[in-house]
Parts: sequence; structure tokens; C-alpha cells
Amino acid sequence: METEHIVTSFDEDLGQLETMISEMGGMAEVQLSDAIKALVSGDAVLAARAVKRDKDLDNFESEIGALAVRLLALRKPMADDLRIVIAALKISSNLERIGDYAKNIAKRTIVLERVPEIGDAVHSLIRMAGLTQAMIKNVLDAFSLRDSEKADDVRLRDEDVDRLYTSLFRELLTYMMEDPRNITPCTHLLFMAKNLERIGDHTTGIAEQVHFMVLGETPSDERPKGDGSSMIVSRPANSGKAEPK
Amino acid sequence: MTPIAVQSNDLEPTILKTGQTPRPERRGSSTEKETITHARSITARGVNVFYGDKQALKDINLDVQSNMVTALIGPSGCGKSTFIRCFNRMNDIIDGCRVEGEITLNGENIYAKGIDVVALRARVGMVFQKPNPFPKSIYENVAYGPRIHGLARGRAEMDDIVMSSLDRAGLIDEVRDRLDAPGTSLSGGQQQRLCIARAIAVEPEVILMDEPCSALDPIATAKVEELMDELKKNYTIVIVTHSMHQAARVSQWIAFFHLGDLVEQGETEQIFTNPEDDRTQAYITGRIG
Repeated sequence: METEHIVTSFDEDLGQLETMISEMGGMAEVQLSDAIKALVSGDAVLAARAVKRDKDLDNFESEIGALAVRLLALRKPMADDLRIVIAALKISSNLERIGDYAKNIAKRTIVLERVPEIGDAVHSLIRMAGLTQAMIKNVLDAFSLRDSEKADDVRLRDEDVDRLYTSLFRELLTYMMEDPRNITPCTHLLFMAKNLERIGDHTTGIAEQVHFMVLGETPSDERPKGDGSSMIVSRPANSGKAEPK
Repeated sequence: MTPIAVQSNDLEPTILKTGQTPRPERRGSSTEKETITHARSITARGVNVFYGDKQALKDINLDVQSNMVTALIGPSGCGKSTFIRCFNRMNDIIDGCRVEGEITLNGENIYAKGIDVVALRARVGMVFQKPNPFPKSIYENVAYGPRIHGLARGRAEMDDIVMSSLDRAGLIDEVRDRLDAPGTSLSGGQQQRLCIARAIAVEPEVILMDEPCSALDPIATAKVEELMDELKKNYTIVIVTHSMHQAARVSQWIAFFHLGDLVEQGETEQIFTNPEDDRTQAYITGRIG
């Protein structure tokens, strides 16, 4: 099959759209990586940089939106071309949200000032971050390579992030119940964990867009989910009842 | 939405199998989906067409459903116009043209011996690329067909046919006070709608349209497209168009031709978002012409 359009400027526009998505994805990766590094090292300057970077991602999303609208209006894309444009619009929105969550993590790092030494919580958080970062990297590769299998694999791995989040939720809850002085740092860590969990969800959203872009259909099977935090109920210790599983 | 009546004919409406033959038109939200069955109007089986030694169409199988717009698309020379002309035996008048296979119109083989071709062309009307009104008045353009087919008894009935045909073609308000003016005095878009009025005046079962809008401006094109949407409630429409966006706008079923083959057919939405064949994909995305 011919791979190039008769109108070469159409290819250039589509190529530009793909490049912009890859660049934006790279920026989101760096932003999250800086936020996590700042958390580990307590580096407020790095954290501030990650916060500042979010504006660039917002601008990128607007530019991708404008290019997509121009492509739709002037080129009237069909079939796989149409799917790329639609997927790019949605992926840019997912990446923008990932940027927002990375910014939030960085902001809380600044508030915390130093790494709280509460059990193993920070390490669990870093492990969770490592998982989401790998997911983002793989989903961006899947987009560039138009590899739906790779995208499907990313989609399934969100369950691991969810599981880690649920276990971290329990862990932090325990620390808070143990000593009220833990409540402030644990709450920040909990929000960070929630941010990472949401980043996982948006990465899964990107994976679904890649699947649609390549195959022309949305993934039909219900993916496994591991976030059970909404089912966890905490009762005061003197109530005489154990925390339900 | 207005339920679409299945065209009355001797055949029972066919319950169609998903993915094999056209599914009913879908409109509105999924909650108000209605189950509509469409009867097959035209059925083509194993159609081969030759111009002398050259084979223009190869083993074409297609069901045209009634009360739907079926669009034939494909690059120039792919055979789509040749195919549409088989439906009213327009190819008969081309020297050296030979049609093999079977084409039935509501169950009747239109290539069978003893078929009255003139009567067939009244059942299967045609609108061409360039508006071609007769050099007669607007009234006479529409009255001509019903007159030669003896459809009106007296002037009053003929007036009814002419006025209702102009009405259904969306032209009546523009010509009501000048029915005696020559058809050629109308604008291009009006002339095309006059040709449509002329075609529907003899109450055809099918209307064939071969590039009906390629000589029209966007406003006139929009009016003809709106008209097609309206006409499909009562007629079966087959359109050949070079404009994929027109096919996307007006049709419910698409057949893509390439080098004499019917490469792929399917619901319009599916063909334009996720075609199965690489050749269809390449054509509709502008990679092959």
C-alpha cells in the first residue's frame, strides 16, 4: 500500500502532529522525573522547576489542539488519518493532565521541605512513580511505533499501580492512626500517591487511544483494576471492631 | 425520526445478516434506534462488463437496498459509472459493450429477453453530471415522461403530476410563476433539480445519479444533497461521486471500486473511519488516485 499522500504537505502536517505529541510526552516525562527526584533529594529548586514546566505543557496542548483543528478543517482526514488526529487531540489532553499531577507532586515536595521518614512509605511512593514512569515511556514508544500490542500491555499494567496505591493508602492510614503528628506529612504523601495513581489512569487513556489509532476500535475487554482504596473503612481503635478487609 | 417505509414490491423485506449486506440506516441516539428492514431493490450477481476485449468490471456482486442512498466511489476508470449504467441498460447503446451476469430489479432480471428497455428506464431514472433539460418549457420538461408513458388522463392530472414532481424536487417555489419559461433559462442548480423532477415524474423505483453535483456550486450542491435525503424516503438512490465527502454526507452504504473490482463495501461510517482493505484506505485518505 502507498504510505505517502498525493498531497505532500498533508504528510508534513500529520508528521508535525506526531512529532509534537512525542515532544510533549517527553516534556511530561521530564517533569514527572524532576518531581520525583526532588522528592527523593528534598531539592526545592528542582521541584520549583517541575512546577514551572507545567506551563509549557499547557501551551503545547493548545498548539496541538490548534494544529488538529486546522487539519480537520483544511485536510478533512479520513480513516487512519482521521484516527491519528482524534487520538492526538485526546492524548495531548491526557499528557496535560499528567503534567498537572506532576506539578502537584512537586508542589507538595516544596511544602514538605524534607523527606518525611515515616516507615517505608516514601520508598513505596518512589516504586509507584517508577512504575508510572515506565508506563509513560512505553506508551509514548507505542505511539511512535504504532504498536497496539505494546499499548495494550501498558493498559494492563495500570493494575499494578492501583494495587500499590491501595497498599500505600492502608500503610499511611496506619501511620496516621499511630501518631497524629504524622497526619500532615502522610496526607501530603497520600495526595502524591493519588496523583501517581491518576497519572497511571491517564497513561492508560493514552494506551487506549493508541489502540484506537492503530486498529480503529476501542479496546473492548474490561481491564483489571486494582484500586481498592475506596473500599477501605477506618474506625476508631476503641470501637472494638477490627478494620474490615 | 420518521420511520422509513419499505418500498412496496412483490418481495418480502429481507432480514439482512450483519456484515454481509447493508444494515438499516441508523439515526439519532442509540436509545431511539429503530429496527428497519430494507428490501433489496437491485441485486447484481457475477457481473462482468467488457468494452470489446477490455474488461471494465470483474465479477461484481452488490445488493442495493431500497430507501437508502448507495454511493459508488473510486478513482477515474475504476468502473463505477459503467456499473451504474448497467442498472438501466444505458450500456446497450455503446458499441462493443457486453454485460454478463445477472442484475435483478425487485426480483426481475433486467437483462432477460423480452424486457422493454424503455419501460425499464422509467422504473430506473437517471440524473447526469451536466444538467440536460429538454429545450422545452419547465412544465413540458416534467410532463414529457408521464405523457409518453400515458400516466395522466387529461390536463388536470398532468398538472398534478408536474406540480407534485416539482414540489418533491424542491423547485416549485422558484418556478411556480414561470412554468412556461424554457428549462434552460434556469440556473445550473435549478436545472439539475428540474432533471430530478423529470426523473421522478414517472414514479421510478430507483434513481441513478452519475456525478449529479460536479457542475454545481456549493449552495446548489447542498440543495441537491438535501433533496436526496428527502427522496430516499420514497425511492432507492444510487449515486456515483468523485467527492468522498459528498459520499460521506449523503450515503448510508458505500461500494469502493478499483480497476474494475468491487474492493470493499460497507456502512458509510465504517468505510470512512475504519476500512478493511488497504486499497480503500489508500484511496479515501488520498494516497492513491
